[in-house]
Amino acid sequence: MNAILAIIRRDLLLAMRRKSEVLTALFFFIIVVSLFPLGIGPETALLRKIAPGILWVAALLATMLGLSRLFAPDHADGTLEQMVLAPSPLGLLVTGKIIAHWITTGLPLVLLAPVLGIQFDLDSGALGVLMIALLIGTPLLSLIGAIGAALTLGVRGGGVLLSLLVLPLYVPALIFGAGAVEAHISGLGAGGHLSLLAALLALAVFFAPWATTAALRIALE
Amino acid sequence: MLTATGLSCVRGERCLFSGLDLAVGPGEWLHVQGENGAGKTSLLRILASLSPPAEGEIHWKNAPIRTLAEDYHRDMLFLGHHGAVKEELTPFENLTLAAKLDGAPLDETAALKALARFGLRGREDLAVRFLSAGQKRRVLLARLAVRQATLWILDEPFTALDVKAVDMLSGLIEEHVKAGGICILTSHQSMPLPNGRVLKI
Amino acid sequence: MSNNKIIHWFKYASPQSFYPLAGKLIPWFWGLTAVFLIPGLWITFFAAPTDAQQGEGYRIIFIHVPAAWMSMFIYIVMAAWAGLGLALNTRLSGMMAQGLAPTGAIMAFVSLWTGAFWGKPMWGAWWVWDARLTSALILFFLYIGFIALQAAIDDARRADKAGAILALVGVVNVPIIYFSVKWWNTLHQGASVSLTKAPTMAATMLWGMLLMALAFWMYSIAVALTRVRAIILEREAHTEWVKELDEVKA
Repeated sequence: MNAILAIIRRDLLLAMRRKSEVLTALFFFIIVVSLFPLGIGPETALLRKIAPGILWVAALLATMLGLSRLFAPDHADGTLEQMVLAPSPLGLLVTGKIIAHWITTGLPLVLLAPVLGIQFDLDSGALGVLMIALLIGTPLLSLIGAIGAALTLGVRGGGVLLSLLVLPLYVPALIFGAGAVEAHISGLGAGGHLSLLAALLALAVFFAPWATTAALRIALE
Repeated sequence: MLTATGLSCVRGERCLFSGLDLAVGPGEWLHVQGENGAGKTSLLRILASLSPPAEGEIHWKNAPIRTLAEDYHRDMLFLGHHGAVKEELTPFENLTLAAKLDGAPLDETAALKALARFGLRGREDLAVRFLSAGQKRRVLLARLAVRQATLWILDEPFTALDVKAVDMLSGLIEEHVKAGGICILTSHQSMPLPNGRVLKI
Repeated sequence: MSNNKIIHWFKYASPQSFYPLAGKLIPWFWGLTAVFLIPGLWITFFAAPTDAQQGEGYRIIFIHVPAAWMSMFIYIVMAAWAGLGLALNTRLSGMMAQGLAPTGAIMAFVSLWTGAFWGKPMWGAWWVWDARLTSALILFFLYIGFIALQAAIDDARRADKAGAILALVGVVNVPIIYFSVKWWNTLHQGASVSLTKAPTMAATMLWGMLLMALAFWMYSIAVALTRVRAIILEREAHTEWVKELDEVKA
C-alpha cells in the first residue's frame, strides 16, 4: 500500500512541476467541445440532443492525449526499470500510476463537464448524471488506456498507434457513458447504463493492471 | 551466492553469447569486460531479472530468481545506463521517493547526510534539471549508499564522474564488498580493488 | 530448459519441423477449398431460388455470412494462439497469430463490403448503424490495430508477445463491444431494420451456406499456412536449416 501511495504522490508531484501538460489536455477538452456548436449551429434542441455524445467523445480524446506520456518518461529515464525491480509487485505500482493519471486527467474532466454541459443547455439533472457517468467512466478510460500505453512503449509512431489500439476498446464506455445521460434526458432513467458502466470498471480494475504489467515487462526485455 | 549456468542471449538474429557460467559469492566482485556490443549490458539486465535469458538459469541463494521475484528484488540493486533520476524533482525528493519504492523509507536527516556525503550539500532543493551530468550521477551514488542490498549490479557506474567521485564510488564498492556484499559491474576503467575477478565476454 | 518435456509432445511447435509439414498440407487445403467452393458457388448462383422479397441481390449473403463468421472465428483462433504463445513461450504460436491476422482483417472487410452491397437494395442505404455491422466495423479496427502494432515493433519476439496481449485484451472485449453496441442499437429506435429477422431458410440455401463456409474455412487455413511459411523463412533466415532448403538455395 505504501508503495502505491508513494507512486501516486510522486506522479502528482511531477504533474505539479509540469503543469502545462495537464492543462493542455484540459483546454483541448474545452476547445473540442466548444467547436461543435460552431460546426453544427446554435439550435438549442439539437445541441441538447448531441451534448452527451460530444462531451464523451471529447473526454475520450482528451484522455488519449495524456496517455502516451503515462509510461514514456519513466521508460526514458530508467525509472520504469527500477519499478520493475522494486520489492513491491509491479501490478500495484502500475495501479498507482493509473490512479495518478486519472487524478490529473480524468478528475478535472469530471469537474469541468457540467460547466461545458451548460453551454449545451443541459438541465441540472442531466448534468448530475453526466458527472456520475464520467466519474465511473474516466477511471475505465485510464485503465484501458494504460494497456495501450504499455504496449506502444518505445514503439515507432507510438502516439498514433496508441489511439488506433485504444479507441475501439473505448466503445463500450462511450456507449454506456453517453447513453446514461441520454436515457436520463428521455426519461428512461440512467440506472441501467450506470450499473453496466460500473460493471465494466470492476472488470477493468481486475484485468487492466495485469495486462499493463505484462506489456511493460515485454517492453523492457 | 549468485550463480548462473549456461546463459545465452539472442538479440534480434544475433547470438551475443552462449553457454556462459558464472558464480559470485559474498565478499567478491566481478568485473564484466568486453567490446562495445559484446553483450555486457544485456548480461547485466539478464542477471537483474529484467530480461529472461534465451537459455540458462540464474540462482540466488540456491533458488531460481524467476521464482524469487520480489524477494530477489529486495536483495538486489540495479543501476542501468539511465539513472532513474527525475529531472523535475530535487535530489532530496529523488532520493526519498526511490527509498520509499524500495520499501525502506528514509528519514530526512539520513537523506540529507547521504546527499552531503556526495557533495550535493546546498543543492538538495534544486531541480535535478539544473545539475550537471556528473552531479546527477552523484544522486545515484547517494542512493547506492543508503539502500540496503546485498547484490549490486552496476552498468558503467563511472560514466560522467570526476576523479573525486570515481574515488568515492570505488570506496563505496570496496566497503560494500568488505562487508560481505557482492558487486557485479561493467566498466572501461581498471578497478584497483581486491577480491575482484574479471569475466570477458 | 524446463519445457524440454513439452517439446517432445509439441514436436511441430518448432518452426523447423512445421515448415515442411505446412508445405505438404497447403495443397490439400487448396484442394478442399475448390471441392467446397465449386458446388457452393453453383448453389449460390443457380440452385438457390430467387427470393420473393429481396430478388437476386440476396445471393450475396452466401459470401457475406461465411465471411462474417470467419472474421469472428479467426479472431478467437488468433487469440488462442497468442495465449498459447504467452503461456508456453513457443515461437510458432506468435507466427500463427501473425499469419492469421491479415486473413481475419480481409474477412471482416469483405463482410462489411458485402453487407453494404446487400444493404443498398434492402434498406436503401449503403450503411446502416445496425448492431452487427457496427460490431463488425469495430472488429475490423481491432484487426488493424493488431497488424499495426506488430508492424511497428522491430524485434519479432517482442512483436509476438505485445500482439498476444492485445489479442487477448481484444478477445475479452469483443463480446462486451457486441453487447454494448446491441444495447445502443435497441435504445436508438431509428435503425429498426435488423439482419436477425431472416425468414426460415430453405434446405438448399442452408447447404449453400454450409459449403461456402467450409470453402472459406479451407481457404483461410491455406493462406494462413502459406503466410506462416513466409514468416518462418523471414525470421529464421539466419539459421542453417533455412539455408539448406532447396527453395532458398535456388
